[in-house]
Amino acid sequence: MIIRPVTTHRIAVAALWTVTVLTIAVLLFIIAFILAQGAPHLSVEFFTSSPRSMGREGGVLPMIVGTLFVTGLAVAIAAPVGIGTAVYLTEYTRESRLTALIRFGADCLAGIPSIIFGLFGSVFFVITLGMGLSVLSGALTLAIMVLPTIIRTSEEAIRAVPRVYRDVSYGLGGTRWQMVTRVVLRSALPGIATGVVLSIGRSISETAALMLTAGSALGMPRSLLDSARTLSVHFYILSREGLSMPKAYASASVLIVAVLLINLLAYWSMRRFVAKVT
Amino acid sequence: MTSARTIAIRALALALASIACLPGCRKNDRRVLSVVGSTSIQPFAEMLAEEYNGRQDELDVEVQGGGSTFGIRAVTDGIAQVGMCSRSLKPEEQFTAISIARDGIAVVVHPTNTVDGLQLAHIRALFSGQVANWRQLGGPDRPVRLITREEGSGTREAFVKLVMGKERISRQALTQESNGAVRELVQHDPAAIGYMSLGLVGQGLKSLKVEGAQPTSQNVINGSYPLVRPFLFVVKGQPTADARKFIDFVLSGEAQGMLEREGLVRAK
Amino acid sequence: MKLDKFIRVVLLLVALSGVSGLALMTAFIFKEGLPLMVRLGVADFIFSSQWYPSEGQFGIAPMIVGSLAVTAGAMVISLVFGLGCAILLTQFCPPRLATGVIKPCIELLAGIPSVVYGFVGVTILVPFIRDYLGGPGLSVLASSIVLGVMVLPTVTSISADALRAVPRSYREGSIALGATEWQTTHMVMLKAAMSGIVAAVILGMGRAVGETMAVIMVAGNPLAMPDSLLSPVRTLTSNIALEMSYAAGDHRKALFATGVTLFVIIMILNTIALAVSRRRARRAGL
Repeated sequence: MIIRPVTTHRIAVAALWTVTVLTIAVLLFIIAFILAQGAPHLSVEFFTSSPRSMGREGGVLPMIVGTLFVTGLAVAIAAPVGIGTAVYLTEYTRESRLTALIRFGADCLAGIPSIIFGLFGSVFFVITLGMGLSVLSGALTLAIMVLPTIIRTSEEAIRAVPRVYRDVSYGLGGTRWQMVTRVVLRSALPGIATGVVLSIGRSISETAALMLTAGSALGMPRSLLDSARTLSVHFYILSREGLSMPKAYASASVLIVAVLLINLLAYWSMRRFVAKVT
Repeated sequence: MTSARTIAIRALALALASIACLPGCRKNDRRVLSVVGSTSIQPFAEMLAEEYNGRQDELDVEVQGGGSTFGIRAVTDGIAQVGMCSRSLKPEEQFTAISIARDGIAVVVHPTNTVDGLQLAHIRALFSGQVANWRQLGGPDRPVRLITREEGSGTREAFVKLVMGKERISRQALTQESNGAVRELVQHDPAAIGYMSLGLVGQGLKSLKVEGAQPTSQNVINGSYPLVRPFLFVVKGQPTADARKFIDFVLSGEAQGMLEREGLVRAK
Repeated sequence: MKLDKFIRVVLLLVALSGVSGLALMTAFIFKEGLPLMVRLGVADFIFSSQWYPSEGQFGIAPMIVGSLAVTAGAMVISLVFGLGCAILLTQFCPPRLATGVIKPCIELLAGIPSVVYGFVGVTILVPFIRDYLGGPGLSVLASSIVLGVMVLPTVTSISADALRAVPRSYREGSIALGATEWQTTHMVMLKAAMSGIVAAVILGMGRAVGETMAVIMVAGNPLAMPDSLLSPVRTLTSNIALEMSYAAGDHRKALFATGVTLFVIIMILNTIALAVSRRRARRAGL
């Protein structure tokens, strides 16, 4: 029996739509599942107080602070270093085997499992450098983890800037540094920003590596050498120990909402920037 | 000509940078006591630390998990002042151990499992894989699903020492990394058997009688329930002054009472 | 001019510190792990099934099989769903719906933390498999499904890029010759974008191999080799995560050696992906 091409076409399109709708359904289900159980337990108290009684009561303020410190510091270190490295590699050196090697290395390292960074950090930062389980150890570990991604995405973004821009800048009498900052970086910003946002997302979600470098203390981190528990780690511990499912769901809800907001922010700012430049 | 946007971005960067510095710049006038180790002891230690921190201002007790052996490593490497260990120390571990409580190890099964109690030899046979079906022990006709803890867990090491002896735990045993995960699994799987901290069993599970004795605090105290392990605070050499203060609090009648209310047994 | 020179030096220092940080990490992992692998014999380490650290035995064969099995399963799922979404997005979907709704949704999937995936897996997927399909529920199947969903956004976005890069003339030519859109897709577009799609799959594999937290929660982590889709499994990453915190001496070195193994696997995958996309670039005449 010969099936008419139009029929296969229709079946195929239906199958593709089914697959896509199912995928989106899974996403919506996960979000709804967490928020439905967690949102009722979100309150002002949850965001502003510390956990009590092994986490069964109280809030997650130290975890929010901990997440901000660790992630903020990690990105504050990795972004300048990564972007600077990318700028140097593309604008100040010639293409050579060394730069190709560095690019390959960064690509590989961007794909290395985060647990290996955790292995490295838990021995090098925590013990060898004597920082102990601390915000600093965690942030440095995370910084090394996201550095390759930032280098690669920045490099791609910078290379995508048309040669013409650079030539015109020189033609107008600008120095290299002026060209880099005012022309190249400005055009490459959406791509660079994407890399940074990706890194922020990865840092917020990171769990295993942080438990072994930043620790899992419940208290408010007051210095860089204090241990801190991030929201992801808190959710993991709460849900695995089963101490308080409502609090676990609530923590997960905060995590998901934060991710949603970051994604939205990145999306919106990218569109605005692209609209401005084009 | 710097646009408003550039100024804004620079200001934001400056603000972020200073926020990152702030915690490090704060004058640290309180001392921190790091207590690290067993995930079985962790919830109880956190509860006591919360109580202790609330009562005075000069010492901040920070409790973390990681497992009993991690706690010992942390003390060895100097990351922590006090390690929490839920098994007795091995001979090669030369530390000062202070018993702060005793905890039974409960052998738990699904509530619908018809088996009520087992001899140690049976438990050993189950966990080494020799007994593969519940039917062989008078239970329902189901293949046995073993749940165990990860290798560095004090609970596991105590279980191995008290029950398994020289025998290895079966390779088929599912490995979970916390008491809670063990409880979750056993609660929902009629064929499962696992072991966990007696103080954390709660509802929804059946704790088996071992050698005829019910797993109660009474039987732990009078010795008829054989699966008991110490909760230890471990220090290198002598405890520091801060450590001593916290340990004294933990050993006080009031703190021991708190532990008892949560399901533990007092240190002798 | 002086400023420019100064900036150049500063940037050089920055680049050096960035690169040396990464090099340090790589060197550290290899320095800790490689000697043990050599001492035990690389073949012994990789092919032995005896993982008993307390007795000094370090064989990671079950974990390698575990990682491969789980990754293979994940790729099947992410290929079907991810490539399907990519095809729909680029070939069959009105552009406003695609970029406005479907694409953001898929990117959101990428942002959900792995612990949340693991949690949903343990709470909903595992009991379902246990009750309706048999086995403990913690299984290769559960891990594959969870990983597949996690890796899906990667596969989708890279495949979509590859499909979009196919010259319009291909599509228009095919339609002009009378083919239906689906015939065009599977006879022309997919073939043209094949190297990009292969790259997407390989990068997805790299991500799947590296995932830790979600897998620990749904895989079961026994020591034994998995023998079916429904049997529990332990992956290389789970092995490291479970034992890392307390491992000392040779045991810790063995975990670093596992890290070296993972490193090598990722390097191989990346090299293949690079070669594949170079071929594509050459074909496109770049």
